[in-house]
Amino acid sequence: MCQECGCSKPGPYQVGDRKVDSHTHTLPDGTVITHAHDDHGHSHAHGHGHHHHGHAHPHQILNLNTGILSGNDRLAEQNRGAFKALNLLVLNVVSSPGAGKTTLLTKTLNELKGRLRCAVIVGDLATDNDAARLRTTGAPVVQIATGTLCHLEAGMVAEAMKQLDLRSLDLLIIENVGNLVCPASFDLGEAVRVVLHSVTEGEDKPLKYPPMFHSADIVGVTKTDMSTAAGFDRELALKNIRQASPRAKIFELSARTGDGVKAWCDYLVELKSQLK
Amino acid sequence: MHEFGIMEAALETAAQKTRAAGASQIHRLKLRVGQLSGVVPEALRFAFDALKEKTLAAQAELQIEEVPAACWCANCAAEFETADLKYECPRCHQPSGDLRRGKEMDLASLEIS
Repeated sequence: MCQECGCSKPGPYQVGDRKVDSHTHTLPDGTVITHAHDDHGHSHAHGHGHHHHGHAHPHQILNLNTGILSGNDRLAEQNRGAFKALNLLVLNVVSSPGAGKTTLLTKTLNELKGRLRCAVIVGDLATDNDAARLRTTGAPVVQIATGTLCHLEAGMVAEAMKQLDLRSLDLLIIENVGNLVCPASFDLGEAVRVVLHSVTEGEDKPLKYPPMFHSADIVGVTKTDMSTAAGFDRELALKNIRQASPRAKIFELSARTGDGVKAWCDYLVELKSQLK
Repeated sequence: MHEFGIMEAALETAAQKTRAAGASQIHRLKLRVGQLSGVVPEALRFAFDALKEKTLAAQAELQIEEVPAACWCANCAAEFETADLKYECPRCHQPSGDLRRGKEMDLASLEIS
């Protein structure tokens, strides 16, 4: 959300070094306002021409049945079409902050060298620390600094895609902002949604965040090397995941020891081969 | 917190549709919100009250129809509601990932003049 005006459009965000920071509104009276967030002039004149009609007009019912987020959904479909045309496998990786997305992805990129040509689009409110960590693998990485927005939107991904040579890729991984709530509502055009859940978060995360877990194609239980220290009840956690994510394939992973990483990477290679 | 953004988008679409119909006031705004949509009706109401003032919906009543999540059970060839969000068919106890209702986040209708 744009915190400046409280609207649903993204506030200023940054793709790599490029600022993307304006959006327009149409006021009830038809005035169009463009917020240009890098010049804080903000001198738009809000002409509130309130027309007070008497009750001469009869009430009418407009049946709309349109999705409130249909704008994002349309852009997501465009992204999906572009990915499909390029035979590109695209993952949207979501989790709570600190569940180990970047660590797992760094490990994954290293493991997939020579098997799949990968790139990453990574979203965070600020800093490019994660992008820097992912770049150590040699894979192209585009950072989206979302500013104040708590999730990535399809339009941001479309902007970031312009900075990648998609034709030379097999796998595009989108690392979403760490948040188990809002990203669930925003389709990015991905083929596969991956929800990560670390053993240090306890066993009931899947039950606490039903929309996110229900949307998962893959659930990865991360940091399994810390299970004992965290007192993690594996059976209970797997039961909860199966309940909350009935469609999902489950992987148990430790990026630190490498446990489970090969099976996960093999599965990605298999998914990619199924696209052909 | 993203209910504010979602309500703002709903109000913007509502205003566009109202103007396009040649009307200037929204009397009733009806939303349809699924149990798995990721938005909370109470938070939407709060956002509506905070945002409506400068819009065509300043005097409007907000109605939210809540849609329970429901899955399709292939075994039983029947739909079942997942009241507890467990996605398990109450008849045959098989889990189902085939969600048929519950992700709605729609602007259902407007009453305008």
